[in-house]
Amino acid sequence: MREFGYQRVSDVADAVALLGADPDARFLGGGTNLVDLMKTGVERPARLVDVRELPLDRIESTKDGALRIGATVTNSDLAAHPEVRRRYPALTQAVLAGASGQLRNMATVGGNLLQRTRCGYFADVTKPCNKRLPGSGCPAIEGEHRNHAILGASDHCVAVHPSDMGVALTAFDAVVSYETADGPGELPLADFYPPVGHTPHLETALPPGALITGVTLPPAPVAALSRYRKVRERASYAFAIGSIAAALEVRDGVVHDVRLAFGAVASRPWRARAAERVLRGAPAGGETFAAAAEAELATAKPLPHNGYKVTLMRNLVVGVLTELAEEAAR
Amino acid sequence: MTTVTTGTTTAKGSVGTAHTRVEGRDKVTGAARYAGEIPFAELAHGWLVLSTVARGRISSVQDASVLGMPGVLAVLHHRNAPPVETDYIGLLGVRPDPTAAVFQHDRVPHVGWPVALVVAETSEQAREAAEALVVHYEEEPHDVAFSGSRADAYPLDAHMPAVSEKGDLESELAASAVVLDAEYTTPEEHHSPMEPHAATAFWDGGRLEVVDSNQGTTWVAGELAKMFSLDPASVRVRSEHVGGGFGSKGLRAHQVAAVMAATILQRPVRVIMTRRQMFSLAGYRSPTTQRIRLGADADGRLRALEHHCLSLTSTVHEFIEPGAGVARAMYDADAHHTANRLVRLDVPTPTWMRAPGEAPGSFALESALDELAEKCGIDPIALRVRNEPERGPVSGLPFSSRNLLACFREGAHRFGWADRDPRPGLRREGRWLLGTGTAAASFPAGAAPSTAVVTAEADGSFTVRIAAADIGTGARTALTLVAADALEVTPDRVRVRIGDSDFGPAMIAGGSMGTRSWSWAVMTAAGELRERLALGTGVPPEGITVRSDTSAAIGALAQKERHAFGAQFAEVAVDVTTGEVRVRRMLGVFAAGRIVNPLTARNQFIGGMTWGISMALHEEAVRDQSSGGHVGADLAGYHVATHADVPLIEADWVDDPDPEDPVGIKGIGEIGIVGAAAAIANAVWHATGVRHRSLPIRPDRVLPGATGAPHA
Amino acid sequence: MAPAPSSTYSAITLNINGEKYALSVDHRTTLLDALRERLDLTGTKKGCDQGQCGACTILLDGRRAVSCLQLAVAAQGREITTIEGMAQGERLHPVQQAFLDLDGYQCGYCTPGQICSAVAVLEEHAAGWPSAVTDDVRPEAGPPPLTAEEIRERMSGNLCRCGAYVSIVQAVARAAATDATDAETAEAENTAEAVA
Repeated sequence: MREFGYQRVSDVADAVALLGADPDARFLGGGTNLVDLMKTGVERPARLVDVRELPLDRIESTKDGALRIGATVTNSDLAAHPEVRRRYPALTQAVLAGASGQLRNMATVGGNLLQRTRCGYFADVTKPCNKRLPGSGCPAIEGEHRNHAILGASDHCVAVHPSDMGVALTAFDAVVSYETADGPGELPLADFYPPVGHTPHLETALPPGALITGVTLPPAPVAALSRYRKVRERASYAFAIGSIAAALEVRDGVVHDVRLAFGAVASRPWRARAAERVLRGAPAGGETFAAAAEAELATAKPLPHNGYKVTLMRNLVVGVLTELAEEAAR
Repeated sequence: MTTVTTGTTTAKGSVGTAHTRVEGRDKVTGAARYAGEIPFAELAHGWLVLSTVARGRISSVQDASVLGMPGVLAVLHHRNAPPVETDYIGLLGVRPDPTAAVFQHDRVPHVGWPVALVVAETSEQAREAAEALVVHYEEEPHDVAFSGSRADAYPLDAHMPAVSEKGDLESELAASAVVLDAEYTTPEEHHSPMEPHAATAFWDGGRLEVVDSNQGTTWVAGELAKMFSLDPASVRVRSEHVGGGFGSKGLRAHQVAAVMAATILQRPVRVIMTRRQMFSLAGYRSPTTQRIRLGADADGRLRALEHHCLSLTSTVHEFIEPGAGVARAMYDADAHHTANRLVRLDVPTPTWMRAPGEAPGSFALESALDELAEKCGIDPIALRVRNEPERGPVSGLPFSSRNLLACFREGAHRFGWADRDPRPGLRREGRWLLGTGTAAASFPAGAAPSTAVVTAEADGSFTVRIAAADIGTGARTALTLVAADALEVTPDRVRVRIGDSDFGPAMIAGGSMGTRSWSWAVMTAAGELRERLALGTGVPPEGITVRSDTSAAIGALAQKERHAFGAQFAEVAVDVTTGEVRVRRMLGVFAAGRIVNPLTARNQFIGGMTWGISMALHEEAVRDQSSGGHVGADLAGYHVATHADVPLIEADWVDDPDPEDPVGIKGIGEIGIVGAAAAIANAVWHATGVRHRSLPIRPDRVLPGATGAPHA
Repeated sequence: MAPAPSSTYSAITLNINGEKYALSVDHRTTLLDALRERLDLTGTKKGCDQGQCGACTILLDGRRAVSCLQLAVAAQGREITTIEGMAQGERLHPVQQAFLDLDGYQCGYCTPGQICSAVAVLEEHAAGWPSAVTDDVRPEAGPPPLTAEEIRERMSGNLCRCGAYVSIVQAVARAAATDATDAETAEAENTAEAVA
């Protein structure tokens, strides 16, 4: 870890001005990912701008029924918030499924969206990685990729996004707010992570120097009956090998509304829109759920050692939607 | 002069009753200081630099620019390091792994080989300088491909002969009504003690002192003396509290590098392995590929038993994981063949890891027994009863005690085994399929010579000094109880000091032999002291001290098969739609001699069984064939079981007396893991109808085999 | 030995266990290293230095955190509680006492982190926080009983390689029973979960 400057800010404008467009500067939130990456040499910032004390730590309902979550709200506070638990229970479940109690107390919502992949090649500076060092290659494709992408990957990178929170936020059409020196802006989470293509190192569509100020969840009555299920190689304190955020509203035996997003299968939280199209208006039952899963996974391109994820996601879609349908019927 | 009495304050023994740890308060308040936590004036921090190639030569170490970095004091590497000696035999009767003899030549035999030590004023400066140090290599093609079909595998005698052969295997197999032929694999596993290896070296008035975290201070001191050609009396190693070892904490690169740097700089130097460095520097358990062939009569009596185990080692040192040895104690057959073989690859040297040999070997053998029971259509416990040997199957020696069947009887009763429907894939609870499994366990009960010093102090207390190590076993407390009983006093009058090579030669904390070996020495010295005090002579101000050495007594012990035994039971839940496996409950019943402290012993057994869960479901270090190094070499990539993986586990024991054994204690540190993974794998079969012969039983392995209906 | 202040060093004051400590830190210094290497508060342990084991758990403003990923310079102004601040004089915290009595450890190296984490778990539970194994997270469902399963999930950020989880969970349950009123379910449930 090289030496670096440190400044703490209490004002958003100061934060944005201080960072400027300096590619060697980073915002420091909870530090749970950045400080680790600095220790392993993946990140070598010359300057840290500590934004943890910015007045962005509130969760508020807006007049139009949306929920606005400040960027420095910790994962713990987000998960414990009564409105989140009541209106978006899958979001609480997703956050609680991630990391540990200690890390959730430190990590922030803004930082969570910016966390880097846990691909073992990315995290090891002695190995090639197109995401870390563009053009150096992707050894995972021919190497160890049991937990790599089956959807939306490219020949340049097959890493997956590690966030659990992001999967639920994606399912619920979250919109990211940010501030730049040129003023504020918004990005739907659906557009926040660009496709991998040949630029896996370009991980977000944020303008250079932008500071995430918050995330807005639009009203979604369907989310009241929602669930996050995470599968991992240890019962807790491990990253997902496959996860799903699902919300279901059934009227008269027919799917009235649905939200579906996958985690740990792509470079970003994966909104399963093809599956949702099959589901809307169809009978809420096992056949529909299976067809929806097939529709979404039709484009899956598994590698030699991660084909199980196709089976896993198919089973998760059917299993979790079946549970929600049964719960809806009660 | 004061008069010290013994034998009046306690009629009942302390051994066998529960005592909280004597150092417990220090551990729960944070007052207990581990190796990297003793303050030193003028302390310098060393940071190891490891190779990034798997095979080749160091062509240059660009140390000039690093020496100019803030705070940097020295850069040690093969061109400037002092020479050390590696042509010697250490305390454990083996040559040192030359991996510890750092910076002696330019060859690189694996990724993660120590190539330099950067020393700086602060740890931050040392880390940055170590990262900045550029090392150039002439890279050569490497070979890290481990498989059961390696033509270059060879048998290696180690602490047991490589091969045992009795009877005509092929003809007995041909004559068998039921035959099983299966291959089992276990992955590369790492000890991963919570406390990373840490050493601080300094010179004090012509004596080398090392404050270290290790499993044997006289062992490490002896190795350092030989390696640096020093008078053994001029080396002192201390290791008061040790944050776990499991076989990995012997002589390693960090101590040697710290001694070199402290010698050159003439100030204290501390070297601590990072968690990532531990994956290549701290030793590990070799992966194994095991083939088992069993032939039996229709009633399950074994006619043929063949167990072959292949493991790997580095190109610089031979270490073999003797997985096939477990069959030599467990089951007899008319034809009985076992063999441990080795292949040398461009990887770090493996080492002893909790139940070396028995842990992977029992997974294969006890899974195979379960498969044979299925084929024969008999209960797995009944199969083991039918094959219970009278004498050592290979040695022909009698067992000192063998209470395996008592463990099964007690365990089956408590676990509710009698109600078990043997058919697989029948029990469902929500999304989970449920199953139960069992397996046998055994581990050798050995002792090694040790010395102890017991002093009757003038104030009426007693001090025991022995170079024992408490790596979490509760040894300090156990020895307190043992000494109290031998002195016939209450434990609060006994102070046990351990972890200092100045206390004299003693066995290491390893091989489940520590407490047995040390107790022997302590009992001997304390018993003699009690007899002397019984003569009624007063205690002078300097106290009365008695020393013991158990070499002769241990040498006089009759040749027998000496083992602890146990029966493992597990219940699992398997979601075949996600591949998740959860252990719901476990029970282990052991016959392990005299239990010194039930409180800590139970914890030890359960800890071993917890390792069994971890081994069965989680642990696996992944080696990248292209680079030859690990992928995910940290505690997020290498999963050990955490709280949520571990249900309520029960451990208990049956009487296991051996009147001819002067101590009666068998080791308990390792047997808990033996058979545990097999019991879980057997339970997964019972739940799903699918056999898992490769560990760990990961979701991706459960999923493909589980898409169809379980076959009964 | 700390070099003079510069743009990469700061003079800070840390509030630890109710006492103020003034020191100059390299910005790279984590709170963990500041505690262990600068302030001789070595009760907080370094197991992985990467947020992957929980051995370095402390309380920051009353909430548990891993001190290895917390820069010391960024901890200025926060209330830091370490294992050294848990006991009141000679009287152990109920969690410490339960770990001691029930042998909730072996080597002891993860223990300070386990204890700090457990103290926070009891407070988080008392505050009504759900966990990943809570069936119904909606506030209407009320706080989940602190079962053994809940304790295990909530403590999962603290690895114990010796495998003392069973007795650690029992210790946390006992401390919960002595500490709170509604938490008696934990120890009862934990006991009722016996194998035979």
